[in-house]
Amino acid sequence: MIALIDYGAGNTASVSNLLIELNSDFIITSDKREISKADKIILPGVGEASSAMKELEKYELVDLIKSITKPFLGICLGMQLLCNQTEEGNASCLEVIPVTVKKFDTKGFKIPHMGWNNITNNNSENLLSDIKDEEFFYFAHSFYVPLNNFTTSTCNYGVNFSASIRYKNFYGVQFHPEKSAQQGTKIIKNFLELC
Amino acid sequence: MLTKRIIPCLDVKNERVVKGTNFINLRDAGTAVDLAQRYYEEGADELVFLDITASEEKRKTLVKLVKSVAKVIRIPFTVGGGISSVNDISDLLNNGADKISLNTSAVKNPQLIYEAAKIFGSQAVVAAIDIKKISKSYKVFIKGGKVDSNLEAFEWCKKVTELGAGEILLTSMDKDGTKSGYDIKFLDNLTKIVNVPVIASGGAGNPLHFLEAFNAGADACLAASLFHYKELVIKDLKKYLSKKGLTIRL
Repeated sequence: MIALIDYGAGNTASVSNLLIELNSDFIITSDKREISKADKIILPGVGEASSAMKELEKYELVDLIKSITKPFLGICLGMQLLCNQTEEGNASCLEVIPVTVKKFDTKGFKIPHMGWNNITNNNSENLLSDIKDEEFFYFAHSFYVPLNNFTTSTCNYGVNFSASIRYKNFYGVQFHPEKSAQQGTKIIKNFLELC
Repeated sequence: MLTKRIIPCLDVKNERVVKGTNFINLRDAGTAVDLAQRYYEEGADELVFLDITASEEKRKTLVKLVKSVAKVIRIPFTVGGGISSVNDISDLLNNGADKISLNTSAVKNPQLIYEAAKIFGSQAVVAAIDIKKISKSYKVFIKGGKVDSNLEAFEWCKKVTELGAGEILLTSMDKDGTKSGYDIKFLDNLTKIVNVPVIASGGAGNPLHFLEAFNAGADACLAASLFHYKELVIKDLKKYLSKKGLTIRL
């Protein structure tokens, strides 16, 4: 059973449509018992970081998420929330990955970074299995995770940043696999089958 | 590198796609869901749905459309038309839309842009702006292009980005449906004064028009009838733009 975390700020509909297409057994929930019983967990993300963290606190999910040992996938804001903190609303995040999320600030580059951009696949990460180097994915964000020891693929928008990260069982993707055509579907399929 | 985007626009009335010239004379182009699926398969980068009767009739049928569309396509899409509250926006985003566009309601209540961006993030908030040249200046029109808001176009474009809109969907009413090209002069000036992505809309008639708009600084180009009636195929258009040196997702 997959738990798709619904914390008010996430776009659960798009991810759930994709999980249905992949015949996956899942529930949409914010209940900590359901989440701790799940075999895999997905934290989708659209919205603003400090309000998202408040929602996670409201449902008492902060400590629970940190203690999860099952495969966990954070998407977009869901990936940023895995970091220590973010410049967005100066929020403290889940502190799984020791990095600070920054705001794009490069002259000549519009904010948000919005649209299809290619990623450089720099290792043999399971999540990115069979994704060709320089493949395009859909991004929509104003804040980014800088390159760090846990970066598994990169993207460039005036600055090189993490397109995906991983620390132990915690995976994160900055782009939206649920909105990235077939290659995005493949990422979710990889998460379900290989991670 | 970030690609330039090609966006088919589906003007929807009673779940069917219609398209007029200069905002009138509607023609039927099929059901919204069928057309959305076709564009997804043909390589569109994104879709925009505008419920063109919504501002007038205050209908809230968009949620149903969003649900059906989100089931069949795996690319982002924006919905607009008659959205006037944070609750409306929440309903649409929760059902699978990626962005919402605000037009008349934002002019009447600019604070709505600020609130929406604060709650859902700027990336989800598109300011749809319909402009028309009146004597020597550009004015913002609302209510489906029927009413002059008296706002000066460049001023309003700047204002919406200050309020938190993450993208501007700029439609030239003078050009819409004419197939004589986008309003290049306006786009060129606009992209110099705002720092958010700009979607050019109104006037596309051939591949060169898209190239001109991108060269003028547009980040995405939108077209409707050209694609609906297969006068131009997205794949061919993208190949052309790529050959001309633009970064395109083929």
